[in-house]
Amino acid sequence: MLAIENLDTVLDTDHGVVRAVEAMTLTIAQGETFALVGESGCGKSVTALSILRLLPDNGRVDAGAIRLDDVDLVQLPEARMRDVRGRRIGIIFQEPATSLNPVMKVGDQIYEVIVRHTPLRGAAARAKVIEWLVRVGIPEPQRRCDDFPFQMSGGQKQRIMIAIALAAEPDLVIADEPTTALDVTIQKQILELLRDLQAERRMALLLITHDLGIVAQMAHRVALMYAGQIVEVAPTPEFFARPLHPYARLLFGALPEAAKRGRPLAAIAGTVPPLDRVFTGCRLEERCPRAMAACRSTLPELRGVHADHQVRCLLFQAPFAAGAAAGGSPLSAADPEPKPMARGAPRAAEPASESPLLLVRDYRVHFPIRKGLLKRTVGYVKAVDGVSFAIPAGRTLALVGESGCGKTTIGKAMLQLLRTSARIDGTATLEGRRLDELRGAGLRLARRRMQIIFQDPFASLDPRMRVAEILEEGVASLRPEIAAASRQRHVAELLDKVGLRREALARYPHEFSGGQRQRLAIARALAVEPRLLVCDEPTSALDVSVQAQILNLLAELQRELGIAYLFITHNFAVVEYLADEIAVMRAGRIVEAGAAAKILSAPAEGYTRELLAAVPRLKRAA
Amino acid sequence: MPKIVLLATDVALLVLLAGLAAYVWHVRRTPGLRATWRSVLRDAPAMSALVLLSVCLLIALLDSLHFRPLLPQAAGAANDAAAAYSTRSYSVLDQLLKRQLEGTEKTYSAPLAYRQFTKDSIEIDGRAARDYPRLVHGGAHLTDPERQWLADLVLRSAAGLAGGLLAGLSMALAVVALRARMLREDFSAAWRAVWRRETEVQWRAILFTAILLLGAFGWIAALWSVYHVLGTDRTGNDVLFQAIKSLRTAVVIGSLATLATLPFAIVFGILAGYFKGWVDDLIQYLYTVLSSIPSVLLIAACVLIIQVTIDKYPNLYETGLERADLRLLLLCVVLGVTGWATLCRLLRAETLKLTELDYVQAARAFGVSDLGIMQRHVLPNVMHVVLIVAVLDFSSLVLYEAVLSYVGVGVDPTTPSYGSMFNLARTEMSRDPTVWWNLVAAFGFMLTLVLSANLFAGAVREAFDPRARAFRPRRDQRQPGGARRHGSRETAIAPAGGAP
Repeated sequence: MLAIENLDTVLDTDHGVVRAVEAMTLTIAQGETFALVGESGCGKSVTALSILRLLPDNGRVDAGAIRLDDVDLVQLPEARMRDVRGRRIGIIFQEPATSLNPVMKVGDQIYEVIVRHTPLRGAAARAKVIEWLVRVGIPEPQRRCDDFPFQMSGGQKQRIMIAIALAAEPDLVIADEPTTALDVTIQKQILELLRDLQAERRMALLLITHDLGIVAQMAHRVALMYAGQIVEVAPTPEFFARPLHPYARLLFGALPEAAKRGRPLAAIAGTVPPLDRVFTGCRLEERCPRAMAACRSTLPELRGVHADHQVRCLLFQAPFAAGAAAGGSPLSAADPEPKPMARGAPRAAEPASESPLLLVRDYRVHFPIRKGLLKRTVGYVKAVDGVSFAIPAGRTLALVGESGCGKTTIGKAMLQLLRTSARIDGTATLEGRRLDELRGAGLRLARRRMQIIFQDPFASLDPRMRVAEILEEGVASLRPEIAAASRQRHVAELLDKVGLRREALARYPHEFSGGQRQRLAIARALAVEPRLLVCDEPTSALDVSVQAQILNLLAELQRELGIAYLFITHNFAVVEYLADEIAVMRAGRIVEAGAAAKILSAPAEGYTRELLAAVPRLKRAA
Repeated sequence: MPKIVLLATDVALLVLLAGLAAYVWHVRRTPGLRATWRSVLRDAPAMSALVLLSVCLLIALLDSLHFRPLLPQAAGAANDAAAAYSTRSYSVLDQLLKRQLEGTEKTYSAPLAYRQFTKDSIEIDGRAARDYPRLVHGGAHLTDPERQWLADLVLRSAAGLAGGLLAGLSMALAVVALRARMLREDFSAAWRAVWRRETEVQWRAILFTAILLLGAFGWIAALWSVYHVLGTDRTGNDVLFQAIKSLRTAVVIGSLATLATLPFAIVFGILAGYFKGWVDDLIQYLYTVLSSIPSVLLIAACVLIIQVTIDKYPNLYETGLERADLRLLLLCVVLGVTGWATLCRLLRAETLKLTELDYVQAARAFGVSDLGIMQRHVLPNVMHVVLIVAVLDFSSLVLYEAVLSYVGVGVDPTTPSYGSMFNLARTEMSRDPTVWWNLVAAFGFMLTLVLSANLFAGAVREAFDPRARAFRPRRDQRQPGGARRHGSRETAIAPAGGAP
């Protein structure tokens, strides 16, 4: 039904012309779910925007055709394109909070689409709106259709978005990361809704995502993208059972899983090449463990290996495949298994007599709600409401829960960042000292023992400071006794420790990629030699391959330096891979806590079971 | 040896220029800033505006180097008598345009006229009569003005215009040649690059503006030596000269008053945004009250106080110019003290946002002091707001000065300014026939200055404000790049026939 042929899309940026999508060829049949998967910046979203002709002003389709039932969308005049959008192709965006008009009732927003694209008017269209609200699972549709978006939860907003996209009953729906901004339990519901609607309406669904778990659950066929090109297309079961392209194999190796505990993840070395240059060889060549001499000089083509399974790799092209096969069949050659990692702290239970590094008892963080001229406190938001846990030295406690459950607040409160803005009750004891009673020099000392890594590596480094200044700031503030010269030496050693080159010292944060920035943030935290590191979703802004690098680094640092981690996350795969103990949070309280293995295999609480069931998983033949 | 006079605003302007030079040097050394400014340099209108602004700044600078000439020794005075200096201060600009400064007429005369605008009793052939007398300086070289005037005008215009354009053109060629040598290109390639706007800096716009400007200079220069190009005002002063002198006042007001707002706005804005709570409340009340008072009223009150104080101590000033200048400087301060609310509000909001960012939180977790965080993390990250607002404020303050002088609470009456010119024009417009040139001159000059400043400010805003950053297509790289890629892609795709 939709056929994209040799599509090239370019973006004109300040740094030059970026070929965001190149030689894209794919077809989607009616009733099919086709997943476009890849890491950020690989061209997934640009493909979606190219199909809808909604590219930003600096983007344009350079060559190729996008045929929707034999009409080439690229050539269509804008006026007719407007009929295609919404009527023939619907789109669901990632962020439901910003894709709905905040000052328009949700019913009116659906109504608008129905009136624009269907002959229904007035009461009939109104009835259709209610019908759609029922269909996407909004309770009390008669009343809720007069609600504004802010009166709805994130999941409900995404349901409205789906209703808007489907209201004109399009033949093709593009879902661009439809659940990335949502919690796992909501994600599960939304994905189920999409699957049901698709089966019911026989529409084609182009699902764009970075999450291989979602792909495994949802898609009939998968296209894996790398650096602007499709590198592998296959039916989903085939793709997960027998990935052919080296990049696909690398990705699977980099996924954190419970089975890989105690072993380093197979992180992919290097970075994605910038797309503003002309390639003469394979784009993966620099990072590929199976690169041959020819890879540097020959452009690989997307070629059918067998029915329905295409790969863009020289290993599967005629003159080279034979040579590669001589050293072992490309299909059976398994990546070398990473060696198990010796853990500094033994996995067995610690001696009971040893007191924990951090002990938290009945901790409460209440944010006051102030009102009126004199800003009197009229009530409290109970972000954290009676939480107790303990972290032994050198171990990892994962604090998991959905957004808004108070897990980040705990992290910040531990670091005494909320003293002025919230009322804090209960005790937190670090190495026998009550944190909340510390002032001045004592607090500075405690801060040396405890540091934080933030989620967004782009917001956590001051853009106007050089790396050297960023790294030295903490040392200068918390350990003023160290002289400037030895401080610089110390900082340079830190860079080695997190795997960055020393040239980085003179550069600014914006010159680094997300993964490198996160390494810098880790180096900054390590600069004061803490015993406890609060990791607030340290990998959720990163791609899988980079996530693997950071997780490996964290594990290695724990082994070498014996640092304890308070690992705040919503990503269960990471938890399964990394955590020694788990505390599941909900609405400011800990629902269940205990050893990781026990909670993951035999959860006692219903909520934990619900969470675990909602996580999309790969069922891949090992 | 003349005595050099340093007026307060001269010093301030020179310091400001030095600061500007230091900033340019700093930008050249900082890669991030350099990239941002480069996007300003790519904006053609902004570059034309920059040329005009630079000329205005140059004129203001020439008009800011003051001295008092040595008077010739009085006859019979002792040889070792102390040197006596003129009671009037002159600027370098006055010296350059001495003829225009001293070539005053009796009263009004129209642009390029050779006769006075009003009738006067003159002696014709020994009899007293009322007629339009010949001007003392304007067109004085003509022996038979009725017949020679037009021819003389056309000839001089053509020569001046041709000379100016030629000078501009040769300058443009020199610039392109220099560029070619620096980039080691041949001349024609460099010329093509400039003409097709393929250069990093918009040289085409710059050179185009410069050529036109030099043409206008040549034209004016050719006529100004013998005519009053924009006529004379009621006291017979050359209007064009007055307008050029007013540039300095406008630039001084625009830059110094903007600068005077910064300390209040930055300190209060960051304090309010960083500490929140009662500090925020206090500062907010302060600027809310301030912005509720009609600003003209407030400024008028301040200026009157200043004037009274200045008039009370007449012995403190050696010359009248010094007194007028002090008033100008204090006016800048008053404008600054009363006008910081907008920037303060912006900075408060920006700081509120910044303090929630992770890197500020990280600095807190490191126990960095509040002052340290504000200095190192907040201030550098709000500087782009300061820069944008400062550049935008420049033009609005120039306009504001005109309003204040028009109302009569602006600069000293002896200081040339556009506001004073507008004020005079009020009565001139009601005459019949109308005396229009004073108004038109002030209007034209002011419009040029403010429009240039606005165009430049727009480009600066676009470059520094991430939300306003609009896309600028880079035409140069499109075609060749596209063609090249096509070839390679087609060869790559051709054999892949097995696609479904």
